[in-house]
Amino acid sequence: MAIQVIKDKCVGCGACVGACPFSAITMKDGKAEIGSACTACSVCVAKCPVQAIEKTADDDVVDLSAYKHIWVFAEQRNGKLMNVALELIGEGHRLAREISDDTKVYAVLIGDGIKNLADECYAYGADGVILIEDPLLKNFTTDGYTKVIYDAIQEFKPEIVLYGATHIGRDLAPRIAARCNTGLTADCTRLDVKVSSYIDFAKKNTTLDTSTLDPNDPSTGIKQTRPAFGGNLMATIICPRTRPQMSTVRPGVMSKREPVQGATGELIEYKPAIADADIRTKVVEIVKSAKELVSLTDADIIVSGGRGVGGPEGFDIIKQLADKVGGVVGSSRACVDNGWIDHSHQVGQTGTTVKPKIYFACGISGAIQHLAGMQNSDIIVAINKDPDAPIFEVADYGIVGDLFKVIPEIIAEWDNAEALFEASEK
Amino acid sequence: MAFKIIVCAKQVPDTNVIKINPKTGTLIRDGVPSILNHDDANALEEALKIKDKYPDTHITVVSMGPPQATDMLMECLAKGADEGVLLSDRAVGGSDTWATSNALEATIRKIGDYDMIFAGRQAIDGDTAQVGPQIAEKLGLPQITYVEEFEIADNMKDITVKRQLEDGYEVIKVQTPCMLTCIKELNEPRYMSIGGIFDAKNKPMKVWSAKDVEVDLKKVGLEASPTNVFRSFTPAPKGKGVVLEGDTEKDVAKKLLVGLKSKHVI
Repeated sequence: MAIQVIKDKCVGCGACVGACPFSAITMKDGKAEIGSACTACSVCVAKCPVQAIEKTADDDVVDLSAYKHIWVFAEQRNGKLMNVALELIGEGHRLAREISDDTKVYAVLIGDGIKNLADECYAYGADGVILIEDPLLKNFTTDGYTKVIYDAIQEFKPEIVLYGATHIGRDLAPRIAARCNTGLTADCTRLDVKVSSYIDFAKKNTTLDTSTLDPNDPSTGIKQTRPAFGGNLMATIICPRTRPQMSTVRPGVMSKREPVQGATGELIEYKPAIADADIRTKVVEIVKSAKELVSLTDADIIVSGGRGVGGPEGFDIIKQLADKVGGVVGSSRACVDNGWIDHSHQVGQTGTTVKPKIYFACGISGAIQHLAGMQNSDIIVAINKDPDAPIFEVADYGIVGDLFKVIPEIIAEWDNAEALFEASEK
Repeated sequence: MAFKIIVCAKQVPDTNVIKINPKTGTLIRDGVPSILNHDDANALEEALKIKDKYPDTHITVVSMGPPQATDMLMECLAKGADEGVLLSDRAVGGSDTWATSNALEATIRKIGDYDMIFAGRQAIDGDTAQVGPQIAEKLGLPQITYVEEFEIADNMKDITVKRQLEDGYEVIKVQTPCMLTCIKELNEPRYMSIGGIFDAKNKPMKVWSAKDVEVDLKKVGLEASPTNVFRSFTPAPKGKGVVLEGDTEKDVAKKLLVGLKSKHVI
């Protein structure tokens, strides 16, 4: 048996120091530390007001210090890296430097004949690439990818593993986390290592009272922030006792680094132990839908329609504006649920998270689940008949009016913007 | 021909009607209805469609939650499921997805034999989509998530599904036993019938404790969960912008374009 302090939970109140009958506990860097005089009597466990001290069987304690470096699952489909993989390499790069100077970010590249993608990983900030190639790994399968990543984790022991919250990442990550008996946080929209960066983020973007957080806290456990209850609430999750710490991250949320052409890094070719019998599902075919690919996450301008467009034909005017401004068509969940438009257009908590330069919300009331997916847009323009619609609370420019009358005027005046602006300056 | 099917379902607050108390920043739960989670309704429907075709099929709906979650299980029975099993115990309260899947794994092992497990892709209160795959891992089953079309051959063994991708789908073959997680594109859930509601009262409804399912108590509940909530808060409202006014729609459109130009976004 042993007594262990969960550093991420410890608030440094010192209650345990006075309670210890053997004077075995001291404060170091604002955290309790159990010294060699400890007899595992457990008096401190009960005394701790924040349940930061626990008694564990020796074989249950994971040696956290044995785990090092950050891994990013560099998801590729058909030989092309997903955008979210590049975003996460950038985020992993940032977090690695927050942990320590010698912490690296590795892209884990899995497939067959995809070695050429390593350069792209380096260009976007990967210090190294773990390349796992086999004909059986050409297409994603839950069984195949879980096995080889799990095996590699056992061998290399990364501290953090990040996955894109894609239909593949969300299938794979829970399976690996369960096999590793570690925690996984889904659909994160913000990651922090240093408490000081978490405080900065919280002050800028949230209502959280940060006075109980210590900016000099030396702990480097990852703080994973995600929406819950349909975006009504944000929760920050920690994984204090097990490793690796794992998160899936929503596509479109993190920023890619500026690519450095010609960048190189450490290449680790990991030989997978994989056999046909390991894979119990068979991918018969992969079909790209004939419908136009809606790339909401890459769009600079999104024109979205909501219930106010009235029906499927109401999206004609939305499409006209999108075409005029070089944007793509988005939608609220209500329209998708009503069958007015395909789900691939859906913006929001259960759809796609977007942050375009301009977001036009047309006839969208602004349910919290929708706001959760678009409120980080640079500029939000709301057009709605109802002056009390919640969408106006987040809009940079609000127009109370009939979208069928307002949008044609925006289309008509769009090319005159320069002249109108110059005229207004005079 | 008869299948044994397990459906995993969760009772959830209807997040579409949840509101935030702007003063305290906490959720207002009063008056928020509890419902059968959307994707789980699709999971149940797919099982019921199999039962429509093979009437001897036996469907057990399993859930974990407070005692009142039997209301949701009654709804499932009224729709046509044969048996409800609720794991309800304070010892499993506060479980994260790892601990929840341990508890449900034990519950399903206790139920015993099955050909297929259908679950919803994710629950609307947590939106994690993790519990289905994690149960599959612990039961040693192959899984297919995001199922939008399902077909089982007459040999009762070979399953073909369409699995949704962001830009299309993949066709996947698997054999029973397996775990399938379902999305709304899969089917249109049926309503309860009057006769079904009447029949439901006579169907078995089991409420089990952690002891009943013989789960290792070191693997369930808040304390055992590898993830913990560090902080929770409400998102800060974005600063309110300007409402553009004018005599005509054209005037307003012009003001908007001047504004967009001044912000250098066009």
